[in-house]
Amino acid sequence: MSYMKTIVQEILDQYPNAGRDSLIPILQHMQEKLGFLSEESVIEVSKHLKMPASKIFGVATFYNQFRFNQPGKYHVQVCRGTACHVLGSATVLDEIEKNLKIKTGQTTKDKLFSLEVVACIGACGLAPVISINGEFHAKVGTESIKGIFEDYRNREE
Amino acid sequence: MNLTIEVNNNIITANQGDTILDALSQNGMTVPTLCHMKGLFPTGACRMCVVEVEGRRNLVTACSEPVLDGMKIKTHSARVIESRKTIVELLLSNHPDDCLYCERNGSCELQDLSEDLHIRERRISGQKNKYKLDVSSASIVRDPAKCILCGRCVRVCEEIEGVSAIEFVGRGSKTFIDTSFNHGLNLSTCVNCGQCIMVCPTGALKEKDHISEIKDMLAEPEKTVVVQYAPSISVSLAEEFGLPSGQNMIGLMNAALRRMGFNYVFDTSFSADLTIMEEASELVHRVQNGGKLPMITSCCPGWVKYAEEFQHDMIENLSSCKSPQQMMGAIIKSYFAETENIAPENIYSVSIMPCTAKKFEQQREEMIQNGISDVDAVLTTRELARMIRLYGIDITKMEPELADSPLGTRSSAGKIFGTSGGVMEAAIRSAHYFITGKEMVKFQVKGVRGLEGRKEAKVNIGEMEVGVVVVSGLKNAEILMEEIRNGRNDIHFIEVMACPGGCINGGGQPIGTDDEAIKARMLSLYDIDEKDAIKMSHKNPYIKELYDKFLGKPLGHKSHELLHTHYQKRDIN
Repeated sequence: MSYMKTIVQEILDQYPNAGRDSLIPILQHMQEKLGFLSEESVIEVSKHLKMPASKIFGVATFYNQFRFNQPGKYHVQVCRGTACHVLGSATVLDEIEKNLKIKTGQTTKDKLFSLEVVACIGACGLAPVISINGEFHAKVGTESIKGIFEDYRNREE
Repeated sequence: MNLTIEVNNNIITANQGDTILDALSQNGMTVPTLCHMKGLFPTGACRMCVVEVEGRRNLVTACSEPVLDGMKIKTHSARVIESRKTIVELLLSNHPDDCLYCERNGSCELQDLSEDLHIRERRISGQKNKYKLDVSSASIVRDPAKCILCGRCVRVCEEIEGVSAIEFVGRGSKTFIDTSFNHGLNLSTCVNCGQCIMVCPTGALKEKDHISEIKDMLAEPEKTVVVQYAPSISVSLAEEFGLPSGQNMIGLMNAALRRMGFNYVFDTSFSADLTIMEEASELVHRVQNGGKLPMITSCCPGWVKYAEEFQHDMIENLSSCKSPQQMMGAIIKSYFAETENIAPENIYSVSIMPCTAKKFEQQREEMIQNGISDVDAVLTTRELARMIRLYGIDITKMEPELADSPLGTRSSAGKIFGTSGGVMEAAIRSAHYFITGKEMVKFQVKGVRGLEGRKEAKVNIGEMEVGVVVVSGLKNAEILMEEIRNGRNDIHFIEVMACPGGCINGGGQPIGTDDEAIKARMLSLYDIDEKDAIKMSHKNPYIKELYDKFLGKPLGHKSHELLHTHYQKRDIN
């Protein structure tokens, strides 16, 4: 049994005789332990709850909180709250997607970066703001993106 | 209890518990609907059916609102019409607008609605959806850009078929319908039954096209192009040409197929007879030798894939017989090739089926021997009609012709395969003869006839009472399998068809097939059965000849090689 499968099984064992009303708590638990919802985990949950996998995927994609890709070493959160929006977070996001060559919700091929959009980080005074593994970068603009990510890449070398 | 309601200033009566929509249709009135599906619980999602009810501030959905005594309803007030019009305008705002190139041009509900509501200008323009076409499946092509999210495909897949291959994914304006983890349909649990196509109001779902390849093959001089058609095709084609439902088009169809250039025209009902010879023998063998019971039919490729995925502990119960389509294909490329002295690789074998899953079945690796597949291409009833029009044939003006001999001659038992219960009835007729050595006095088995999702009967064969169950719609099959798992043991033989009512309501049938049409097709098949001289598969003289000259005996060595197969568990993802 693979490492991931063991974790999935351990989590499911904590929900014996669960019905479909336990779906979201189980998914949250999975994501907490795995960092994301793997295909394997969704299939196992579907067997456990006797629910089609497509239904579970449908529910999980409805909520913003679930991700389906393994997070990268550096998890990038781009704030798209009102203040950040007004100060141009949409173009910042575009620039980051271009720089990392991934779309929101995805992880780069080298597993270094993953990208997520969040509603508001609560740091409106620093807008537009992005957070990388909890490190805040304030008043970012399209021109500063390249430098920020260069910096993280350099740490790896 | 009867209620009195007022609709557009007319007094009508309605039954307690009915919805407004029920009450209207019982009185010959209609309101447009989109997400509504007869027989399923209303969702009220599309809001096309809104009506004005006196005393209510908001418009109410007729499909989900129960009638109340004294209710005053306006179905076509200015406010209602405006509201419906806006809904359609919004649906059109992000629609691709490529009607001229669309499969469903002329049979599209969105087109009809915008025509009925007299929409003549684009008042609202939105961002067009950009989605990839899903062409991964052997049977079904999905184009989410044309989808209007009515949800009928999702519901039929879940509630009728119990498969749930597709679901609403995402949220808000980004919602679309997709499989689990956005895989192609080919990697999903989809059983290819095509019922989603039958309920889709637009061109978002359609069958995979095989016409282009067939067209090329018909023009290829060294190819012998052979065609077979399923039992239900001749009684389902009529509507495509504006003729009454259920009209038997067999003679006209034979003529049209020859005009298109098919070299030989065969009837799958012949191989349905052959299936019965093998399947009834298998049943008798299992009953007499303590084999695995209940035996379950394996003619329906939708059911077979479903069983492999969801009921794999029952695979041993499935008959090992190939379906009539595959049996005919195998016989064409062996017996027929031999007698006509044509190399099997120079035969291009086409089948016309009421079914999209047959396109998948034809490509299964079990159905290909030494690089030669039993059947090369599969057309649905819709594609056949399209091809007849493409070749400029006025089918109504044809002189009826007969199919080619010997693979075009059938008993009427093979013909009734097209309706739910038909395989069962045909098998009982022959099993009776195999066990007792005598023909049944009354050939009809009334208990297995009709369009209900589940039919049960007890049939006396000699001294034995045989328990038979016929189910259609895979949800019904799921329930039955669960009963058997829980210990039910009075059943010997089960027929399962994925589509409700059987092949006459298959996923490849004309768009717009309704209850009336299905019933007319069923009655037409039983009428043929009533009038035909040969009513038993084992009495078909050409079947006897095939065994004498080529196959030997049912379940013999050659049969096993050509006519039987095996199935195995599939992982669900």
